[in-house]
Amino acid sequence: MKKLLILTTALTGFGFAASAEDITVVSWGGAYTKSQVEAYHKPFTAKTGINVTSVDSDNPGPQVKTQEEAGNVTIDVADVEYSDAVRLCDEGMLETIGMDALPPGADGTPAKDDFLPGSVTDCAVATIVFSTNYGYDTTKFPNGGPTTIADFFDTKKFPGKRGLGKRPKANLEMALMADGVPAADVYKTLGTPEGVDRAFKKLDSIKKDIVWWEAGAQAPQLLADGEVSMTTAYNGRLFSAAIADGKPFKQVWDGQVYEYDLFVVPKGAPHKDAAIEFVKFATSTQALADQAKWIAYGPARKSSAALVGKFNDGKTDMGPYMPTNPENMKNALGSSYEFWVDHDAELNDRFNAWLAAN
Amino acid sequence: MTAVDAGMLTTADGRPLKDALARAEGRAKRRAFLLVAPLLIFILVTFVWPILQVLEQSVYNPKFSDNMPGMVSWFASHPVGTEPDEAAYATLVGDLKAAAEAKTVAVVGERVNYALPGTRSLFTAVGRKAKTLEPPFKESLIAVDPKWGDPDLWGVMRQVAKPYTGDFFLAAVDLERDKNGSIVRVNENERVYVNLFLRTFAMSAFITAICLVLAYPVAHLLAVLPLRQSNLLMILVLLPFWTSLLVRTTSWMVLLQEQGVINNILVALGIISDDGRLQMINNRMGTTIAMTHILLPFMILPLYSVMRPIPPSYVRAARSLGATSWTAFRRVYFPQTVPGIGAGTLLVFILSVGYYITPALVGGSSGTLISNLIAFHVNKSNNWSMAAALATILLVAILILYWLYDKLVGIDKLKLG
Amino acid sequence: MSLPVYASPLERVWYYTFRAICALVFLFLIAPILVVIPLSFNAEAFFTFTQKMLHFDPSGYSLRWYDLLLTFPDVPTDVPRDAAWWATVWREAAWVNAAKNSVIVGFFATIIATTLGTLAALGLSRPEMPFRKVIMAILISPMIVPVIIITLGLFFFYSAIEVNKWGVPYLGVILAHATLGIPFVIITVTATLSGFDHSLTRAAANLGASPTRAFLKVVMPLITPGMISGALFAFVTSFDEVVVVLFVGRNDEQTIPRQMWNGIREQISPAILSVATILVIISIGLLASVELLRRRGERLRGMSPQ
Repeated sequence: MKKLLILTTALTGFGFAASAEDITVVSWGGAYTKSQVEAYHKPFTAKTGINVTSVDSDNPGPQVKTQEEAGNVTIDVADVEYSDAVRLCDEGMLETIGMDALPPGADGTPAKDDFLPGSVTDCAVATIVFSTNYGYDTTKFPNGGPTTIADFFDTKKFPGKRGLGKRPKANLEMALMADGVPAADVYKTLGTPEGVDRAFKKLDSIKKDIVWWEAGAQAPQLLADGEVSMTTAYNGRLFSAAIADGKPFKQVWDGQVYEYDLFVVPKGAPHKDAAIEFVKFATSTQALADQAKWIAYGPARKSSAALVGKFNDGKTDMGPYMPTNPENMKNALGSSYEFWVDHDAELNDRFNAWLAAN
Repeated sequence: MTAVDAGMLTTADGRPLKDALARAEGRAKRRAFLLVAPLLIFILVTFVWPILQVLEQSVYNPKFSDNMPGMVSWFASHPVGTEPDEAAYATLVGDLKAAAEAKTVAVVGERVNYALPGTRSLFTAVGRKAKTLEPPFKESLIAVDPKWGDPDLWGVMRQVAKPYTGDFFLAAVDLERDKNGSIVRVNENERVYVNLFLRTFAMSAFITAICLVLAYPVAHLLAVLPLRQSNLLMILVLLPFWTSLLVRTTSWMVLLQEQGVINNILVALGIISDDGRLQMINNRMGTTIAMTHILLPFMILPLYSVMRPIPPSYVRAARSLGATSWTAFRRVYFPQTVPGIGAGTLLVFILSVGYYITPALVGGSSGTLISNLIAFHVNKSNNWSMAAALATILLVAILILYWLYDKLVGIDKLKLG
Repeated sequence: MSLPVYASPLERVWYYTFRAICALVFLFLIAPILVVIPLSFNAEAFFTFTQKMLHFDPSGYSLRWYDLLLTFPDVPTDVPRDAAWWATVWREAAWVNAAKNSVIVGFFATIIATTLGTLAALGLSRPEMPFRKVIMAILISPMIVPVIIITLGLFFFYSAIEVNKWGVPYLGVILAHATLGIPFVIITVTATLSGFDHSLTRAAANLGASPTRAFLKVVMPLITPGMISGALFAFVTSFDEVVVVLFVGRNDEQTIPRQMWNGIREQISPAILSVATILVIISIGLLASVELLRRRGERLRGMSPQ
């Protein structure tokens, strides 16, 4: 028994990782989390002494909701999509932050003029604009690769497996655009039962060739492993694989779906004050500009955009890789949070049924 | 000692022996039970009680009733089919205002949305405007959205106002109530669960069958070899058993990928061309191969423990009486191994219907099982009642098999290694 | 079972075919486990054999992925590896922390499962035990009920009692893992007690031993091997468990399987394979210990192999 006690004490002495003041930030993992660690977490810890524990998730929004409903909140800050930010705020599951709490831009512009329109809500502050677009392995298509969203769905012209995210969002929009629906009409079409059928029918045409990814980092990995010849992905992931890791990937911007990513603080977060401090720090002009040195996502502050220059390799211009670059915006769709807030549940059910059907 | 009664024996202190024995036995029983009691209590708290909560959650969803008390009592006092009047709308608006204040209007909308898709926004939209609504409430609500006058919506609200409901079980077998309250199948393009249950059972049966085919010869070999050799070979069976599930699944990913070891070998040997690489992962095949590998020891071990004690002289006797080796196997050896087959088959089948990790990693979409959908409803769609209803159905199926296992094999016959 | 002299040609063919089939099945069982070992020493970021590896060129092999386990995510690599560096590794390396957490959780879960499980097995193997079958069925059922269902129940239960606010880190996961490990302890300990001759304890009592002394001197030595192998099973169950940790563990409660799960889904770099290799070596060690214990147990009970 005595031995046991000693052993127990020794094990307890291993110590538990997190101390009382550390905050937990949940984000999307891989290259994206790395960019946040470099641009936000490390400078924040250096400035305040508060450690930041970074946790990876396939999609932090539903996770916040799960914790809120279970009454068991351990997340301090979560990085969520717009529709989730709106929905969670509606359901009273987020702390309010608000525009007034945010510092002005480095050039003195007040926050409300500095942030891009709509990028700050009652409960959420946007950090970046990201896009779901697609990329392909240039070695698989020596005679010229795909250039349009329709090419992605054309396995005759461009044979090979396709990687797609395992959820309806962005897939349905891209399917409709590939089927000839102009970007401006996508959500109008998707709002009708016929439009939904049309989108699923388009997805059906490549169903047998689809390899599904769930975590954002899986998409470039599938491409790198040669499991697929092209895949949709969050654009920054493709950028990191191509530029930072030197993979032979090329991105296609036709039919991209772009939106904001936002920081939220769940209601009842264990370290609420530190968490809000963190959000303010991370969405400051300098932090947002720094992040763009690590990954190709556009900062949500105008004052940061001016500071964005080159990738951390010191030679790659970030401009052409940003979703908001005019060249990339020729046929682009702004994701509609209104649509997804309302239709998420039913389209998820339909999507699951479609997946399960043989 | 005077004989009290010829048939009555007593102990030294004069008590009837029967009583004393009964008392001693009672004491022994209590002592045995006391040893088991701590664990029993532990299991009841950390296992049985949580499972009961799953059962409750599958029929209990108070999201509407908790937040719309006025409507609950209106539905209670007005029979089905009552046309909602201005008073009903006033109650509704009152509830919506309170819910908007408490930020629970979206929760209510979500509950209604499960039963009538596309209605969540009705509630959130009204929630935002609740303060500005003026009487007459019927007109002003319908002005916000004409759907508020829809009898279907009122019918659904009446259904979901009851906190106890069987609707999630209906949904779990792809059924729903139509507007008249009768039970119908859901639209063809929304059916998912029956399909997945069938797939789960079919794939489990298939995996069990392969396991049996692979395990039978191996168990036989192990049973007839001298103990020293069979103990050595047994290590090959037990090592996978002791190796982490994630390690084994990872190994299969490494082996089966399109650029993986097996495809590379086949290409190098010229059996397939570089463009013709086999797709063996992220589909049903990946799940089947990896799960067969993981569950195979659970088939080999029970078969082995039944085959080992079978004396080889029986088969020899059959042969010497003129049976061919096939007949001897079929008529003499095989019947004696049936208990092992029963035990292994049931065990493997029970374990495989609940698999989650392996299908999630190597199953793609065609190789996922019902557990994966339960997980989806827990942490992605947050529809816990749905997860609980699916889990309950799966649980009942497994308990029936477990009961069968106990009847046929006996739980105390379960052995490890 | 050598081939009898009177075997017909057909039987000869079958004899060798049968052996070949068995060899293939053994290969199927063992090859996937062994294949990760060489691949974990890959010098490249591939998880298939490179040309250099196939030609046994030493430059095709390296320990870089093992090194990554010590340095991921943020331990500096370009500094001398002195005591201070190792202290940083101990504190910050994600895999090292995950290993620490796994050991802590596994240790406490094993203690609970073994203590309660052994006591219960003692009770269950007494002939007087009332409701023996039913209770046994309940106690074994955590092994049978799919872990996703148990997890779902625990998810509701822990939310209701707010276990994460009790201030005891890992408590929820430890209790759950103990529950999952208990059936193994019960099975192994009752197995050592099956065929236990209860007259032995009575004989000890007859000879003047107190019940405690009789237990310690007669029963204990018999059940110890079963207890230890049950404990090892329980530990492995916890050490390998990922579903409960994923769903009811706190976000910062990273264990090795959870870290692996994240790693596998994001990228199977050879780093995952080096973890896998380490785990395979651990399981070989555990298997060997259980095997030795089993033989010892059989010897003690006088069941020598024939």
